[in-house]
Amino acid sequence: MPDASNWDWAVEKKTVADLKQLRDKFKGVHEFVVSPDGEKIAAPVVTEENSFTAAINSDTWPEMVELLWYLRFLPDGRLTALVRIDDQWTLMVDGVPWNERFEYAWDPRPCASGSAIGMMIKRDFKYGIAIDDKVWEEGFDGIRDYALSPDGSRAAATVQVAPLAEADIFAFSEGVWSIAVDGKAWDKKYLNTWKPIFSADGSKVAAEIRTDICEYSISVDGNDWNDRFGCVWEPLFRPQNGSVIAPVRKDGFWRLAENGKTIWDGKYNQLWQVKFSPDGSRIAVIASPEYGRWTIAVDNAPWKRIWEDMVLEPHFSPDGKRVAAIVKEVNRWTIAVDGNPWGEQFDMIWDPVFSPCGKHIIAKAERNGRFMIVADGKPVGPQYDALWDPIFSADGTKILLKYIENDKYCRQVVSASDVLG
Amino acid sequence: MKDTPESRVIDPGLDETIKKLTPEHIERVVQHVLTKENAARLKVYIDTCVHCGLCAEACHTYLSRDCDPDYSPVGKVKNTLWELIKRKGKVDGEFVKMMSRVAFTECAVCRRCSMYCPFGIDIAYLLMIVRRICSLLGVVPQYLQDTTNSHAVTSNQMWVHQDEWIDTLQWQEEEAMSEVKDARIPLEKEGAEVMYSVIAPEPKILAQLLGNMAQIMKVAGIDWTMPATDGWDNSNMAMYSGDFEVMGRVERLHWETAARLKAKKIVMGECGHAFRGAVYDGPRWLGWKFPPIPMVHAIEFYYDILKSGRIKVKEKFKEPVTVQDPCNTVRGRGLGPKLRYVVNELCENFIDVNPRFEHNYCCMAGGGTINCGPPWKRSRMVSNRVKAEQFKATGAHIVITPCHNCHSGIEDVIGFYKLGMHVKFISEIMVEVMDVPDELKP
Repeated sequence: MPDASNWDWAVEKKTVADLKQLRDKFKGVHEFVVSPDGEKIAAPVVTEENSFTAAINSDTWPEMVELLWYLRFLPDGRLTALVRIDDQWTLMVDGVPWNERFEYAWDPRPCASGSAIGMMIKRDFKYGIAIDDKVWEEGFDGIRDYALSPDGSRAAATVQVAPLAEADIFAFSEGVWSIAVDGKAWDKKYLNTWKPIFSADGSKVAAEIRTDICEYSISVDGNDWNDRFGCVWEPLFRPQNGSVIAPVRKDGFWRLAENGKTIWDGKYNQLWQVKFSPDGSRIAVIASPEYGRWTIAVDNAPWKRIWEDMVLEPHFSPDGKRVAAIVKEVNRWTIAVDGNPWGEQFDMIWDPVFSPCGKHIIAKAERNGRFMIVADGKPVGPQYDALWDPIFSADGTKILLKYIENDKYCRQVVSASDVLG
Repeated sequence: MKDTPESRVIDPGLDETIKKLTPEHIERVVQHVLTKENAARLKVYIDTCVHCGLCAEACHTYLSRDCDPDYSPVGKVKNTLWELIKRKGKVDGEFVKMMSRVAFTECAVCRRCSMYCPFGIDIAYLLMIVRRICSLLGVVPQYLQDTTNSHAVTSNQMWVHQDEWIDTLQWQEEEAMSEVKDARIPLEKEGAEVMYSVIAPEPKILAQLLGNMAQIMKVAGIDWTMPATDGWDNSNMAMYSGDFEVMGRVERLHWETAARLKAKKIVMGECGHAFRGAVYDGPRWLGWKFPPIPMVHAIEFYYDILKSGRIKVKEKFKEPVTVQDPCNTVRGRGLGPKLRYVVNELCENFIDVNPRFEHNYCCMAGGGTINCGPPWKRSRMVSNRVKAEQFKATGAHIVITPCHNCHSGIEDVIGFYKLGMHVKFISEIMVEVMDVPDELKP
């Protein structure tokens, strides 16, 4: 989460950049991104000579590169991009490339604290992870996914630990996949591993494992749960005590298990995307209590209201008392709060943003190609050409809006009471 | 068991894997699948079938093999599932090998036979039950199992590494921009109207199709994106190998990727089985009655952009063409008329096939059959003589195949029966004939 305490919450409206000037200046301007505090807007730009760089407000990074993409702001405001220089890839941070170069590099992600950034890399036909310009010593035959510890000091990845000849189904069934933590693979090998995740203190790693054709389970630091299941989904560490929760499929129904033991024995047709409340005492999860019907289950109690199209991940309020989720019915999107959908629907809607007190929810929404803020279910204020997620100030009295209108990028602080009514 | 050329095919996925089977394990798996996974629907079908054999005339393998009853749909069920039920799963490894061969290589689960059954029994579903049993027993043709393994690891069917995927898109973007100005492939663009998804042969061996689509999207003015993460492959051979858990995993990621990117719909490339997996089998296994986000097949997409005038034709394709109606989009979805609209808009000389629309013969490459690999190619060819005869009768030079399995399978048929024709995807013809406005010319 970005630290918003030092942001400018006094200026009401500021035009940060004239985007027409930017478009006139360059041969190509790709997708825009904005900094968390709204003070900067950036985009990959292409020069007449077909070189790339990043434009930030009215400036550009000085170095031109062969290709630049995946431009993203970190929570602390630093700007990063994947760049190709002399036919090699690396990460550029605020215009300065890492020293390390790679045959390929992709999927850079900040850790939860925002202090470090990692990515997957390929070098000399081996795959691994790099964090803050430091590369794992050992490379692997393949890599598919990774996770950073909350402080960014460690990484875990699904890795292929032995070569696999073409169509060698027998070696595959013996297991050539594992989890590597800080470049060292677990001793055990599996048919598959997926979705590694660190505990809150960064000391443990859990992941989905597959041990036979239809035998799935969870492993924590290479110690597998005793039971095998018909399927499992991504595990999650309980914040307070480090135990591991995961949806598991048994006898054709989904349940929640903790450290291998069933804790929700309700017979769900589907369960996925487990989320804990901030204090870790409550669990919310996307659930299908019966075929074709979707909702959110909180502490093993499904909301009464169901949707047939789609329900997305649950979000707890800061105090953990309320749960909101994006829902869709008849291809129209809205947000449901504690089981009650907002009255208005939209062509698209973004994640719910709780006020610090948890009483209010705002979100970005789209209707007929125009973007707007929706507060507690009602569209408020003007509509924009583009809009980013709104952010509450720490005390909840103000809201930061970041938007594009008439080719101008603006940052605006508004009174929360004006928005919330 | 009969000694036939097919029964003598060497496939380690069948020959070696049965050596590990025990009678107890086979019986346990059979009973589990028959009683726990399929009880009601299976019972209705089994109780309803009057063994009339009217389904036989529907099957291209039966017709192509001089009406050998073992190749009739009812014959395939009789020799496999009925025996399993009759013997309560007390069968040996050799029997499992035989039923794996029949279910995976002699039936393309194309569902033509269901239309000829007086009761509308989904006979392909019965063969899918056999496949499910074989999958749980680990007795699956080697190359098909390898494809499923790829899905399990990579979520795509051809072991495409993530770096290869992105690199290929970036390369194809450059290629496309040399033909159409600013024909980008926008990666990871949140909030685009369309997420475009494809199947793994495109980045692996047919990369130009990605470049084609970049050109078409630009000229048509579509706001689109492609993911730079796993979840870009809409294909699903795990559905056909009977590994439904892997099938579900692949489909979940596909839909969640579209949701993550905030796409309003998915447009998918020219593939039939992928449409079935993404729209029907996958969502249903996961718990959705319908796809959670609208899914538009390439045929519908091309129809829309031609009908709306977003793509205009400069000069129609001149060579005589015919068309393959893919089972999963034409018989399964009714896109036959739209397919013909598209072909007629793009081509000057279209000669239709007979039979056509939902009565068209399967390519005998879908349903996972072509993924069973080289050991079974001859069998596939022998099983589709009627397809060769059907195309030959058109006199066309080009067969338009809006499906990857059809494309490869018909290419095989053309070669095996020396038809002297060629296959093309719709997109290949579209980029050739579409009018690129002056402002988009590089």
